[in-house]
Amino acid sequence: MSNVIKIKRGVDIKLVGEAEKEFAPTVPVKTYAIKPDDFHGVRFKLSVKEGDEVKAGTPLLYNKDHDTVKFCSPVSGEVAEIVRGAKRKILEVRVLADKEITYEDFGSADPASLSKEQIIEKMSLSGCWPFLKQRPYNIVANPEVEPKAIFISGYDSAPLAPDMGLLLEGQEKELQAGIDALAKLTTGPIHLGLGTDTPAGKALSALKGVKVTKYEGPHPAGLVGVHIHHLDPINKGEHVWTINPEHVAIIGRLFLEGKFDARINIAMTGSEVINKKYYSTILGAAVKGFVDGNITDGNNRIITGNVLTGTKITDEGYLGFFERQITVIPEGDEPEMFGWLIPKPDKFSISRTLPSWFQRQLGEVKYKLDTGKHGEQRAFVVTGEYEKVFPFDIYPVQLLKAIMTNDIERMENLGLYEVVEEDFALCEVVCTSKIPVQDTVRNGLELLKEELG
Amino acid sequence: MKALHNYIEEKIKPSFEEGGKLHKYWPVYDGFYTFLFVPAHPVESGAHVRDGIDLKRTMNTVIMALIPALLFGMWNVGYQHYNAIGEDAGFWMQFGFGAWKVLPIVIVSYAAGLGAEFLFCVIKGHQINEGYLVSGMLIPLIMPVDIPLWMVAVSAIFAVVIGKEVFGGTGMNIFNPALIARAFAFFAYPTYMSGDKVWINTAGGAVDGFSGATILGELATSGTTHYSPLEAFIGMIPGSIGETSVIAILIGAGLLIFTGIGSWKIMLSGLVGGATMGIIFNLVAPYAITPSQQAFMAVPFWQQLIFGGFAFGVVFMATDPVSGSQTETGKWIYGFLIGFLAIMIRVFNPAYPEGVMLAILFMNTMAPLIDHYVVEANIKKRQKRLALKTASA
Repeated sequence: MSNVIKIKRGVDIKLVGEAEKEFAPTVPVKTYAIKPDDFHGVRFKLSVKEGDEVKAGTPLLYNKDHDTVKFCSPVSGEVAEIVRGAKRKILEVRVLADKEITYEDFGSADPASLSKEQIIEKMSLSGCWPFLKQRPYNIVANPEVEPKAIFISGYDSAPLAPDMGLLLEGQEKELQAGIDALAKLTTGPIHLGLGTDTPAGKALSALKGVKVTKYEGPHPAGLVGVHIHHLDPINKGEHVWTINPEHVAIIGRLFLEGKFDARINIAMTGSEVINKKYYSTILGAAVKGFVDGNITDGNNRIITGNVLTGTKITDEGYLGFFERQITVIPEGDEPEMFGWLIPKPDKFSISRTLPSWFQRQLGEVKYKLDTGKHGEQRAFVVTGEYEKVFPFDIYPVQLLKAIMTNDIERMENLGLYEVVEEDFALCEVVCTSKIPVQDTVRNGLELLKEELG
Repeated sequence: MKALHNYIEEKIKPSFEEGGKLHKYWPVYDGFYTFLFVPAHPVESGAHVRDGIDLKRTMNTVIMALIPALLFGMWNVGYQHYNAIGEDAGFWMQFGFGAWKVLPIVIVSYAAGLGAEFLFCVIKGHQINEGYLVSGMLIPLIMPVDIPLWMVAVSAIFAVVIGKEVFGGTGMNIFNPALIARAFAFFAYPTYMSGDKVWINTAGGAVDGFSGATILGELATSGTTHYSPLEAFIGMIPGSIGETSVIAILIGAGLLIFTGIGSWKIMLSGLVGGATMGIIFNLVAPYAITPSQQAFMAVPFWQQLIFGGFAFGVVFMATDPVSGSQTETGKWIYGFLIGFLAIMIRVFNPAYPEGVMLAILFMNTMAPLIDHYVVEANIKKRQKRLALKTASA
C-alpha cells in the first residue's frame, strides 16, 4: 500500500470560518481576468487589444521567451480592459463574458496516442501549460526541460482549506485523462500526496498511474514542497514540476473534449463571510459577485487564496490563477494599548508567552484572527522558532540571511533550489521579528534565476 | 485609551513628523509611542495573519524571569549588611535597606543605557530597539552592591555603544552587552569589582573578625569556605546582587524554559559541562601542586555549580540568542563549553575568581565558528546527495 510520512514540525492554525460542505447556487459573474502577477519567470506580451472578441481558449497573452506558451481567456466574450500599472506593466487583462460560452476547438485526442511533443503543443496553445509550475524558482514550467518527476498535492492543509473531495466532485474521468497526459511529459513518476486524516475524495483515490504517498501531521504537511523534500529532494541541475489537482482536471477536459474548459470549484471561507459555502465558477472570476452582500460590514480584507499565501485584493479584484478559495478576515487596524504586555486570549501564538498555547491544551480553539502584525519589524533575534514549523532539512534563518546579503553561492548551498515562498509561510507567521520572509525568499529565487538561469 | 491615542495623534505626533520642529527626535517619539501602543500595522505582504508575539513581549518575559533574582538580591543585600555590622533587623528592614541600595543601580543602569541608546538612534535615525530592556536589568544584577553609581553609568554606556550599537544594534552584536558592561567595569575598576570589600555594604562599621569575601574568593585563597552548600543554594551569601540565590534563578529558568524564550538545551548542556569539569577536578585533585589548590579542586562538583555566578550566567547570559549559537546542534556544544570553561577558569586562575563571565564572552566569540561547522555539515550533506545522484546516473 501507500507509504505514510509523518511530519512533526508545523502547526495548524485553526480559524473561524470554515466552509460548509455544500454548494451554493451559481453566482453570476460578469468579467474574468488573467493576472500576469500570478506567474513568475514570464515576460508577457499581449495577443489581443481592448475590444477584441475572444473565445474560451483564445490567447490573451504569451510568453516572449517561449512564444508557444499561451495564456488564454477562460471564457468567451470581449476584451473589456487591459489594466496597466507603473511602467505600463500589465496587471490584468479583463474579459467581459458572453451569456453562453463558446470554445476554441483544439480537437479531442487520447493522450496515450499522442507523442510528448504533441501533448506539449496542445497544452501550450490551449492555455493549459501555465498550470505547471517548475522548481527551482517557482516559475511557469519550461517545455524544453525534462522534469525528474511531477508532484501533485491532493491534500490542502492550510488554514480553512477547502475539501478536496468537493472541489473535484464528479471529475474522475477528467482527472485520469489529465494524469495520462502528464505521464507523457516525464520519464519519472507522478507523485500524488494525500493526507492520512483528511478524506481524499472519490476522484483522487481512484486515480491510476500515480505514486501515492500519505502524509500525517500539521500544516505544512499538505504542501507539495514538503512532499518533494521528503521523497525526492531537488539537487542542483534538477527540475521538478508541480500542479494542482483541479488543474489536472482542466487538462483532462482539453484532451477529452478538445476545449479549454476552465471551470473550477472554490470555497468562500473566513470569519467575515456570511454564506460560507462552495461555489462553482470559472478560473479568473471577478470576486464581486461572491462578496457583494455576502460579507459583514466593517473593514475587511479580501484574500484570494488562503491566509498564509493568498493575495490581498479589493472587491473589484479577481480570483488568482492558482487559488481555490476566497478568504475574508477583518483588518487589524486598531492600535492596541500595551498590546505587547497584555496576554490577550484572542491572539494566536506558538509560544507560551500568550494564553493561546494554554487554550489549545484545553481543547480545540478556533481563532478569529485579523491582519494585525502585532509588532514591528526587527533584526533576527530569537533563534529556533522557524525550525518548529519548517519540516525541511534546511537552515531557514541562515538561508534567509544569505538571501538578504545576496550571497548566491550560499543560497545554492543552503538549499534554495528545493523551496518556494509558500514553504516559508509559517516561518513568516511565527516570526518574532516580523521579517517579511516570503518576499525575501521570492527575491532570492529571482536573484538565483537571474544569475544562474 | 481612544482619547489618549487621539490626543497623541493630534497634539504630539505632528511636531515629530516630517516638517515638524522635533522631527530629529522621531525615534524617541516612536520609542515611547510603540511602548504605549502596538501600532495599527496590518500586514502589507506575505502571510495575512501573524503570531501575537513580538520582540517587546519576548524581552518582557526575560525581565519577568529576572524579578525573583532581583527581589532576592535586594533582601540579601540588607541581610548581609545587618549581619556584617552585627545588628538585628527584621525582614522588611533588610529588604528595605537592600532596595535602597539596589534600586538606584537599576535606575542608573536604565537611564544611562537607554540615554545612550536614544542618542544613538536619534543620530542614526534608527528605530529604538527593545534589546536594552533586558540588558538594563541584567547589568545591576551582576554588579557588587557597593559599586559607585557613576561606574554603573559608564559601564552601561560602554555596553550600549561598543557592545551593541557599533555593530548595528539589537540582533547584530557579537557579545552579550550586559557581560560587556561587567567586563568593562571589571578590568577598568578591578578594586571595585573584586576582593573582599565590595560585596557587602558595611556602612556603620563591621564587627570584629568579619570577612566579606565571596565563596569563590575564600576558595581561591584557602581552598575552604565557611558557607554551607545550603546557604549557597538559597543565596544567603555575599556576591553580585542577583547571582547568589540558585533558587531564585531556577524560578527564572523555569519561566524561560516553559515559555521557550530561553534555550533549555544551552542551560542543560551548560550544567553538564560544568559538572564534567568539576568531576575531572575531583579526580585529579590529589595531584595538584599546592594544598589550597588541592582543596579547591576537591570541592564536590555539584557544589561548583551552585557557587558564584555559574547558575546566573548559564541561565540568563549564555541563553542570549543573539550572541550565542544559533543552530540547535550548535547550542549543545556552545552550552557545554561554557559550563566546562567556566569551572576551569575559576579553579585554574584564581586571579579571576569568577570564570563564568570570561567563559561566556569567549564562547560568544566562538559561537559563529560552531554554527559555521554545523551549517557546513548540512551543506556537505546536500553536496553528497548530488554527488551520489550523478554517480549513479
